[in-house]
Amino acid sequence: MSTLPEPVERLLEVALVGELSVVNDAGRPITYPLIPLYDGEKVYLTSSVLFSRKLTHIKGNPRVSLSITDPVAVGGRTDRATIQGDARVIDEDPHGGWERLLPIWERKEPAIVAFLKVRVALPLFFERSLIEITPRRALYWPAGGAEVAPMVTPVGAGTEAA
Amino acid sequence: MSDTPLGRSTPEIGAADGLQRLATYPYAIATWVEADGYPVSVALAADVDLAAGTATFDAPAGLSVPTDRDVSLTGSHIRPQPGYGYDERRHVTVWGRLTPAAADGGRLTLAASAAWGWDEAEVPFFEYSERSVGRARTYFDALSRERGTPVKPRLSFGFLVLRATRLPFLSATIVPVVLGIAIAATHGSFDLVAALLTIVGASFVQLAINVSNDVFDTAQGADDANVTPTQFSGGSRVIQYGLVTFRQMATLAFALYAAGAAVGVVLLAVRGSPALLVIGVVGFVVGLGYTAPPLKFVYRGLGEIAVALGFGPLMLLGAYVVQTRGALSWEPFVASIPVALLVALILYVNEIPDRRGDAHAGKRTLPVRFSRRAVIRGYEAAAGGAFVAVVVGVVAGVLPIPTLAVLLAVPLALRVRSGLEPNYDNPYGLMAVMGVNIRLHLYVGLLLIAAYAVVLVVTAVAPGTRLFVG
Repeated sequence: MSTLPEPVERLLEVALVGELSVVNDAGRPITYPLIPLYDGEKVYLTSSVLFSRKLTHIKGNPRVSLSITDPVAVGGRTDRATIQGDARVIDEDPHGGWERLLPIWERKEPAIVAFLKVRVALPLFFERSLIEITPRRALYWPAGGAEVAPMVTPVGAGTEAA
Repeated sequence: MSDTPLGRSTPEIGAADGLQRLATYPYAIATWVEADGYPVSVALAADVDLAAGTATFDAPAGLSVPTDRDVSLTGSHIRPQPGYGYDERRHVTVWGRLTPAAADGGRLTLAASAAWGWDEAEVPFFEYSERSVGRARTYFDALSRERGTPVKPRLSFGFLVLRATRLPFLSATIVPVVLGIAIAATHGSFDLVAALLTIVGASFVQLAINVSNDVFDTAQGADDANVTPTQFSGGSRVIQYGLVTFRQMATLAFALYAAGAAVGVVLLAVRGSPALLVIGVVGFVVGLGYTAPPLKFVYRGLGEIAVALGFGPLMLLGAYVVQTRGALSWEPFVASIPVALLVALILYVNEIPDRRGDAHAGKRTLPVRFSRRAVIRGYEAAAGGAFVAVVVGVVAGVLPIPTLAVLLAVPLALRVRSGLEPNYDNPYGLMAVMGVNIRLHLYVGLLLIAAYAVVLVVTAVAPGTRLFVG
């Protein structure tokens, strides 16, 4: 079941990078650039255990947002979006559990498969957890500029003005 | 936040520095936490005032930006590489509180108070990863507590053996041992079983040295302190990564030494000689004492000499006397000189990127002790010496004329020399140079072995052919 407006889905599908914002235990937002992976329903990101502070923050506060803002990372598109949602860290098997998303990841970063074949060179980089985001609200700027209010779409409901 | 003994995963950035970096991005992403607890981000244009330590932007339409909590401004950059992915990764985040400037048409001003970021042009990805190993350990520890059972990183058995023993470096043993056997064969001594046993035993010893090197370097803090390891330097790091425990590595080292010693005892029993016994004992002391207290040769600036001795004359003469049952001659000794110099240069060049971590751990290697200029001059002298030794050996009538084929490898030495200067402070640029340097040792060894194969063939098919000068 699709949960996001179609233009936001298109952005997620092409974006080489998005900005994941999490909230630390002091209530401060912290932003991490990551590759967004979208399966048509939920948004996934993966994080190496090397850079796992974000995972700890999510376990403490699952409310996150993911923004697609960089025209360079979306093939020149100028529209922008932010998806707010509830995140879940999936780390039952850091060694291989994340590999189910490899086909989607490979479409955006083909080199990752070659790197994985020589994981002996970077063993901890390939110990990874999944971040699964269930979208709750999407903010969409068709022209990209913040001078116009975003179209806001609660999940499962129609579009509303911000 | 300190993830490694040498400091943070990323260099500390002050608020002013963060603002300066933020100003280089084409737009900023403003992020704050809304009343419902969800963060929200919006891309906008921000004007940075470095003197005032602020960034000012128009209030985004339709959104209410809070002034009672931290707001961040993030700049992020990648360069897409079609068919590959992307590179030129960098990002910076600046935090601060907003003050509304109502008189300024609804513009908001952020007074920067903190910043964080990463630029792979400043901290290469591999170094960033290495500096973050402590974070990975913390995460696995937390997972283990959550589940009540140890959760550890894994590698397949084959990859683990490859990494833990540094198996690909066995060429350092194979070259001198096979060369010693080949020289003995040209002197009329060859026993296939003894030759195979020698190769197997010497390989066990080298793997034992590799593993014990990691054990003692970990015990003395050198590997923990090194945040710029490469595939050629900085040890196997299996202990640091939590792939193998310290105790398991110590046990493996002991088992490999025991296997090597067992083969040595068999060889002593069937091909024994006082010369072999002396070479074996000296080799054991040099190998174990390389990093082990109290000798710790490598910590005293004697590592290169120990490696040259161990993987040059000792290996080569040991293999030779096994075949000749103790008879010695000058020829294998002279032939071992280029091998010894070039294997020592592998260590020497590999120590260049390790020098900060080595210095931190009190490891007084030559690149730690000497200036960049002196280290490069040292390389020139030793590499040149390797080739000169062969030429002098041939002119003196000690080495056969075909060994002059090693001169074919001179261009490799020149490539290493020319790569040292521009990459001296760039561990990852130096990796390619280290690869060529390892090939230099291997190719010179193979050319020497090939030269002796030619001697064997020529002697067999055309006896009386002059193969030595004089």
